[in-house]
Parts: sequence; C-alpha cells; structure tokens
Amino acid sequence: MHDRGLRLLLLASVFTIATCGLIYELIAGTIASYLLGDSVLQFSTVIGVYLFAMGIGSWLSRYVEKNLLGVFIQVEFLIALFGGSAAAGLFALFAYVSSFRVLLYAIVLIIGTLVGLEIPLLLRLLEGRLQFKDLISKVFTFDYIGALLASLLFPLVLVPYCGVARSGFLFGILNGVVGLIALWALWDQVPRARLLRLSGLAVLALLITGFAFSERIMTWSEAAAYGEDVIFAKSTPYQRITITRRDDDMRLYLNGNLQFSTRDEYRYHESLIHPGLSRLPHARHVLVLGGGDGLAVREILRYPQIENVTLVDLDPAMTRLFSTQEMLTVLNRGALTAPRVHVINGDAFAWLRANREVFDFIVADFPDPSNFSIGKLYSTAFYQRAKTALAENGAMVIQCTSPFVARKSFWCIDETLHACGLVTEPYHAYVPSFGEWGYILASPRPLSRDFELPGGLRFLDQGNLVSLFEFPPDMARVSTDINRLNNQALVRYFEIEWARYSRQ
Amino acid sequence: MKTRRDFLATTGAGAAALLAGCHRASATYPGSIVGASSAIGHRLRDGTFPTPSETIETKVVIVGGGISGLAVARRLDHHGMREFLLLELEHEAGGNAASGRNAVSAYPWGAHYVPLPNEESTEVLALFEELGLTRGRGTNGAPIFDEESLCSDPLERLFDAGRWQEGLLPQIGITDADRRQYEAFFTRMVQFRDRRGSDGRPAFTIPLDLSSRDPELLALDRITMAEWLRTQHFDSVPLLWHVDYCCRDDYGAGIAHVSAWAGVHYFASRRGRAANADPDAVVTWPEGNGWLAHQLAAPLRERLRGGYVVFNIEQNGEDVFVDAFDLARERSVRHRARGVVCAAPRFVAQRIVRGLSPTSGLEYSPWMVANITVDTLPGGNGAALAWDNVARASASLGYVVATHQDITLVPQQSVLTHYWPLDVVDPRDARQQAIARTHREWCDLIVADLVQIHPGIEEHIQNIDVWLWGHGMIRPVPGFIWGEERARMLPPHGAVVFAHSDMSGISIFEEAFTRGTHAADSLLPLLA
Ligand SMILES: Cc1cc2nc3c(=O)[nH]c(=O)nc-3n(C[C@H](O)[C@H](O)[C@H](O)COP(=O)(O)OP(=O)(O)OC[C@H]3O[C@@H](n4cnc5c(N)ncnc54)[C@H](O)[C@@H]3O)c2cc1C
Repeated sequence: MHDRGLRLLLLASVFTIATCGLIYELIAGTIASYLLGDSVLQFSTVIGVYLFAMGIGSWLSRYVEKNLLGVFIQVEFLIALFGGSAAAGLFALFAYVSSFRVLLYAIVLIIGTLVGLEIPLLLRLLEGRLQFKDLISKVFTFDYIGALLASLLFPLVLVPYCGVARSGFLFGILNGVVGLIALWALWDQVPRARLLRLSGLAVLALLITGFAFSERIMTWSEAAAYGEDVIFAKSTPYQRITITRRDDDMRLYLNGNLQFSTRDEYRYHESLIHPGLSRLPHARHVLVLGGGDGLAVREILRYPQIENVTLVDLDPAMTRLFSTQEMLTVLNRGALTAPRVHVINGDAFAWLRANREVFDFIVADFPDPSNFSIGKLYSTAFYQRAKTALAENGAMVIQCTSPFVARKSFWCIDETLHACGLVTEPYHAYVPSFGEWGYILASPRPLSRDFELPGGLRFLDQGNLVSLFEFPPDMARVSTDINRLNNQALVRYFEIEWARYSRQ
Repeated sequence: MKTRRDFLATTGAGAAALLAGCHRASATYPGSIVGASSAIGHRLRDGTFPTPSETIETKVVIVGGGISGLAVARRLDHHGMREFLLLELEHEAGGNAASGRNAVSAYPWGAHYVPLPNEESTEVLALFEELGLTRGRGTNGAPIFDEESLCSDPLERLFDAGRWQEGLLPQIGITDADRRQYEAFFTRMVQFRDRRGSDGRPAFTIPLDLSSRDPELLALDRITMAEWLRTQHFDSVPLLWHVDYCCRDDYGAGIAHVSAWAGVHYFASRRGRAANADPDAVVTWPEGNGWLAHQLAAPLRERLRGGYVVFNIEQNGEDVFVDAFDLARERSVRHRARGVVCAAPRFVAQRIVRGLSPTSGLEYSPWMVANITVDTLPGGNGAALAWDNVARASASLGYVVATHQDITLVPQQSVLTHYWPLDVVDPRDARQQAIARTHREWCDLIVADLVQIHPGIEEHIQNIDVWLWGHGMIRPVPGFIWGEERARMLPPHGAVVFAHSDMSGISIFEEAFTRGTHAADSLLPLLA
C-alpha cells in the first residue's frame, strides 16, 4: 500500500479512536449517575479516574518496544471488548454485586488505561512517515474533532435512539473494525497476524451478538413512561421489577405501579408497622406477607425483643435484589440478611394454608387489589387463614389502598375483617408520593392503647400517632359488601373507584 | 329420528370446523383418546367373557363405582355393614365424576360442580357437613360454606358479537322486547320455584321424586321444552339460546329434545341457600366432582376393586352370583353375596342382570370432553376470564378453567376442560361418528372451536386429551320422568337393588348420591 494511503488510514483511525474513547467515558459517567444518582459527583469522578487512567496508559506505552503494530492492534481489540460491553455488563451486574462502585471504577480504569495507550502508540507508528510538527498537529486535530463529534452524538443521537448499552456495543464494533483494517493493511508487517485476526473476529462477533440482543433497558421510551431514569429493569415469571432514579429519589415499581419512593417510604413503612407493633410489647414472632423490599422488616427490627421475622414473598428475584444490591441494602439496612430474619419465597396464601406456626404480629403488605388473583389475598378466606396463624393477643396489619381515592374499597376490607370475627382499628397517613394512604389493624381482642415507639423514627411520634386513627368526613366509613372469594366485591369497587380517579 | 337434513347439517358443520382449523394445516398435538374402551362395551353386549375360575364370598357386592355406588358404600359403612366389595370397570372410582391430573393441574373428565343443595337434599347436606364443605349454619339459617370450595368469582362469561360479557344470559345488542321476555321468563320460573302442587309438595325439587305429582305440573312432561316455550309465546332469540344452552349443559340435549318438565326443573328446582354466598353459587374443585369421588372412595381401600367388568348377576336361591372379568389378570371371578346393589347405568344393568326385563325409551346423550393444557391463560375483551367460558356461536358448551380455584398468584399454565354434547344428530349416529374420529380429527374440531374466541390459542396448546362418553347421561325426553318405564326401574329385582342417577331421569350429583344412599337403606332389610 502507498504511504499516502497508509497515512490516511492511520489518521482515520485516530479520528475513530478519539470518538470511541470519549464515548466510553460518557457512557461510564452516564451509567454511574443513572445507577448511583448525583450526576455532578459521578460525572466528575468518572472523568477524573478516566483521565488518570489514560495517563497511566501513556506512561505504560514506553515499555512497548518491539512489535508496535501488533500491540496497537491488540489494544484496539481489548478496547473494543471492554469499552463495547462495559455498559451492558454494568447494568447486568448492578443487581448482583455487593460493591458496584469498585466494579465501576475498575472498569473505568481498564478502559482509560487502554485508551491512554492508543495515541502514543499511534504517534510512534506514524513517526517517520510524517514530519513531527505535522504529525502532532494532525493527530491532535483529529483527536479533538472526534471528541466534538462524540460529545454531540452521544446525547442527541445515541442515547435517545440506541440506548446506552447498545451505543457501547456499536462503538466497540467500530474500535474492533479499526483494528481489523489496520491488520489487513499491514498484514505483512505484523507477526502472528492470523491469531490476531481470529481474536479480532471473535471480539467482533461477541459485540455484534450483544448489540443484537441487548435488552434496551435504557432507551428513553421506558424512561419516558416513568418520567425518571430507569436504572434497573427485569421481568421475572411473576412481575416486572423496575427501579428508577432521579437525583436522590429512587423508586421501585412492580408492573408499573409505584411501590415506594426513597423520599417518603419511611412514612409509609413507619405507619405500616408502628401503630400496631408498638402496642405489643410481648411480641416475639412476626410474619410479613409480601414486602420483599425488606423495608417493613427494617422497621420491625427496631424492636429488640422481636426474636424472629418470617418474610414470605412470591418472587425470589425481588428478595435477592433487596438482599444483595448495595444501595437497596443500605435502604433496608440489610434487613433481609439479618440473623433474626428468615426469607421464604412462596405464595402467601398457599404458605398460610400449610403453616402451623403462630405469630404475634402479621403484616399483609400486598399490592392493591387491582385484579381477581390479588383480590383473593383480601378475602374472608384469606383472613380466616391468617387468623388461625395469629396469637390470641396478637394483631395483624393490612395495607389497604387509599381511603380517599378508594373509600369503598378501604371500608370493604374493614367489613371483611369484621366478618372474620376480628376487631379492627382503621387508620391512615399521608405519604406524598402515594397520597392519603390507609391501613387496618385487626386483632382477635382489642389492643392496648399504650404505644411504645422505638427510637429513630422520622415520621411518627407520640403526639401524632393518635391522629392517624381519626377519619375526616370525606374518608369516613361507608357501608359495603364483604369481600369473599365467591363475590370479589373488593376488586369490583377498586376498579370503579380508581378508574374514576384516574379519569380526573 | 335422524333426518337427511340433520345429517347434512352435522357433516357440514364438521367440515367447516375442519377447514377453519386448516391454517395450521398439519397441527398435531400431543395427547390421546383416554377412558373406557368401547371394546369392553361391545364385549359386554356380546357376552364373550370366560367362565369364572374362582369364587369369592362376601355379604354385599356393589356394581359400579360412580357417585351412586360410592354413596352405597358410604351408607353401608355408616350402618356398620363393612363386609362388601365394590366392583368398578375403570381403574379408578368416579364414573361420570372421574378426573385426571397432569403436571399443571388436576381436572375433571365429566361432572365438575354441585349447586347449593336444597333443604330436601338431606343426604347431600349431611355429606357436605361431614366433608367440611359446610360448617354449621349462619344467622340466616342457611349453611356456611367453605369459601375455598365455593366457585370463585367471576363465575361465568359469554362471548357474543365479538366480545365477552359477564354471565350467560346474552346482554350485548339485545332489544327491549328481549329484555321483557327475560323478565317474563324468569318471573315464571320463580313462580314455579315457589309453587306447591295440589298435594302440598314443592312443584319442582331435588331429589326429583319429592316433587309434586299435581297432574297440571306433570302435564309438562308430555311436551318438549321448545313446545312449551312456543305456547307461552317466548320467542326471543337470545332467551331461547340461553334456555337451550342450560338444557344442553345439564341434560346433554337441547330444548327440542328434553321435556318441558325437565326444562323447567332446571330453573325452578333449586332453592338452596348459603349464609356466605349468593343462591346461584356452586361448589367446585380443580378436579371437579372428582374431589367428591376421591373423598368417598378413600375409606374403602381394598374393598374397592378397579378394573373389574361385571358381566353377569344372577339370583341363586338365597344368594346372588356376581361374575366379573378381572382386566388385569384376564380371568373371571365369581362373587357369592347375600345382596347386590347395581349402581351401573340401566342400559348396562339390563344386559347383565339375569331376568331383568329391559326398559324401553332409555336415551343417553353422548359427550366429548377434552382437557387442553395451555401455557398461558386465555384472555379476551369485555370481561375477565371466568370459571366457565362460553361462546354463543359455538356448538360446544365452552370450557371451564381447572385452575380457577387456585388461590396462588399468577399461575399462567392451566388446563381447560372443554365440554361438547354431541346432540346434533341422533345419539346412536353421534356415538358412531365420535368413535370413528381419530385423536387428530378431534383436535382439529376442538381447536377450530376455540380459535373463534381466542385467535392464536393454538400456539399455546401443549396437550389435548379426549374422553368420549358414549352414554354420558340419561336424557329426560318427554314422557320419561313421569312415565311408566321409569317407575318400573325403581323396585329391586330379588336381592338386587338398583341405584343410579338414570332412575331419576336426570343426571346430577344429588340424584346419584341420594339414589345410592336409599339403595343401601333398602338393601339392609333384605340381608337380615
Ligand atoms: C360430561 C358430563 C358432565 C357432567 N357434569 C355434571 C356436573 O357438572 N354436575 C353434576 O351434578 N352432574 C354432572 N354430570 C352428571 C353425572 O353423571 C352425575 O353427577 C353422577 O356423577 C352420576 O353418577 P352415577 O353413579 O349415577 O353414574 P355413573 O357415573 O355412570 O356411574 C356408573 C359406574 O358404573 C361403572 N360401570 C358400568 N358398567 C359396569 C360394569 N359392567 N361393571 C363394573 N362397573 C361398571 C361405570 O364405570 C361407572 O363408574 C355430568 C355428566 C357428564 C357425562
């Protein structure tokens, strides 16, 4: 090949390499702020580490003495591999590694170092083919143009249309192609060219497969549906679990329904647990049905006298996520892996049917009764089963949807509990991301009026506890049917009430 | 009588269904035709069994392990009479209440529910209490039912004019005239339900023999339901469809075939109540009435012998010989007993009981029942999946979801039990056609029927098993229930007492169970 052609080719590589290099940096920064929140901090630390790693790479380049070309091509393939799959890999591992930050910065270091090697190696390859002055100016011109292109391409085209994971694969592929073209053009000058070609093709095949199959978890369509950045999404046999983040607000959705927002979940969970449990100083054994996020358990573990908590949640993916993922275990304070806690993955109704144990406090934290299957978990049949698992001096608390939006639904649950011979104390609390929310305490015998709240609460105190039990006229009791398996009255009320509400 | 037009109609419908199934032309589904082989039936008719090579002594033999035979056994046990054997042709007891099970669910092969029993059905009420299906009585005096055995809501939905509605009475696109006729019809039925005959008995009840003999009411047994509807000026098309559907559901034959007494009985005999459910509630289980059959069969253990074809019952002095062919060992066994309860269908009884004069006018409805395993629950617009799902335009009765009573969340796999009374042609021809069809041909018919309401369902079907009931249930044709022939079926023949729902002229759990219980009661004095 002519020298001129070769020069052009190498300069084109500079351009591509520069673009790719910046794209990887942007991807890492984006993922860090997506998954960890606080974008300013994440971006600047990722960029810092990346630049630092490039410095290491440049410095390391001096140790490359022989076979410059071969090393350069190898570096291209390695960048293609790591840079290209970093985004998808980080997403996939997010839920399963205990310290995500270590993984993130390790990957940033690797990519940065490799990218840092590229330009010095290239400069040395071009040395002697161009005048030094010319060389420097050309290389850096292309480097900066590439950077400009990348910084425009990334937010305007790539993220909206490809999603971050796919963009990664795409640029990895470009990197790999640069390596392969260089190999092809300089075939005679590279030792062990065949082996190199084989490894390059393997990397390329991997990236193309990744590109084709990567779930578009971060496309803007899903994020747009939530209006927040989706940082985790997974379809399990039972539901679709989605976690979103906007600044310091992280939210969990199940099948698109909000389960909690980190901004105010403490209000929901303190209200779920303490109005009941703080009145049961004798309580030792607690059962939580649903609530795989471990947040209710976190509140229960505030009571030192509780000896064991059994949590029954349908979805193993849910309890695994909330037992291992760092940010989530910080949120539930490691509740699901606490020694006092025993996690069972199973259907609550089926589990209760087989259960022979007796509990002092039972928490039924199920999704709202929006379909006939879930409606069964609010039926007389279910509460009868729960009642047999409840100590005579114990209590059960049920999350009961909004008494403001779904007034009949709320009081229908109360009526249903009465029909099972239980005494009830309905109450409600304001949870900004949900609205006015309802709970019902049900017990075989009336409960004491002495509340002994544990320390560290942010919402409830002795002063406001009592007011939760007061219902203003717009949420006051209405008469309803009893919810039975054979009439599913609750699901029917719920459907009408929420449909009316969401039309407004 | 079979007419040429009927014949053309069925073959035409069959061909259309086959064509509709054609777009997945060579679809084959795993599965088979299961159930009693018609070969055994033919052997019974031809009497080609070996002579018995051994004799077993016992007090009582019960022939047939359907609900009536199982009721006999239970009653004998209650009386402390434990020396009996129950011989059943199938490997498991249950008869028309048979059931099956696969990795996904248990499912019924026939009978699948029991409505709330009437107060007159004392035997059934006692059984329900014993099995824990009811626990005492509520404030309204009615039994409190076990909620998990009551059919979960939603009970029924109907596919009509392209969408689903709740309930089986057509509501989509009906006119004011239809609505007026609905009202008039159901008012009439309530009047019948609350009426007492000139003899003071309820006009229609269960057990059926406790119904009034008021001649004015019995006159209804001489005409068909279709004729009665006509004379009463009921001509609303959706109403007639509904009444026809109900008759086909309970009798395997529509309003053109069954007597008006039987037709009205369907709507006016049920006064059962529950403390914790609407009067139209039913009890059901994944395996249908197979659950009841299992409960009844469990205490019998080795006294229940499956795989025994009884081919001869004859009085011999004080004793009765019951000769049965043991299918497993392929040899015949003679049982010498003091008394026998024949709880096999009458068309079989009159073949095997020596000297019993045949009953004329016995008509039986043939049925096809399929259990279809699917990997995803069917959906549909307008109303959510119910327990019983019916299409108005279909010749079948639709399907029942076996996992409907499942209380666990999100079981997507299921078994759909598809019911199809073969009532378009004369029963004998229908039986022959049914037997002639291969598994593949049945699958084509079934899938063609289902895709009408669930396009794409064929992709979700994993297995189809088919059961053919040649003589599924007795047909209450005009004159049968209150005619002389049925009366002649009731008394014992020497020391052979009869118990089968055939003897009521309508085939339902309560009749079978009550017949069995009463047969045991009337056998005991004969033994003394
Ligand atoms: C498809 C279908 C659906 C139905 N659905 C319902 C329903 O939902 N609810 C309801 O209440 N009823 C239903 N029925 C009616 C059902 O028939 C009765 O409820 C009841 O199960 C009848 O019991 P039985 O004992 O009278 O008769 P069978 O069930 O007919 O019992 C007779 C038994 O005798 C055995 N037998 C016959 N010949 C011999 C022989 N030679 N030797 C030994 N054993 C022999 C048979 O194998 C059988 O087990 C349905 C019937 C069918 C066919």
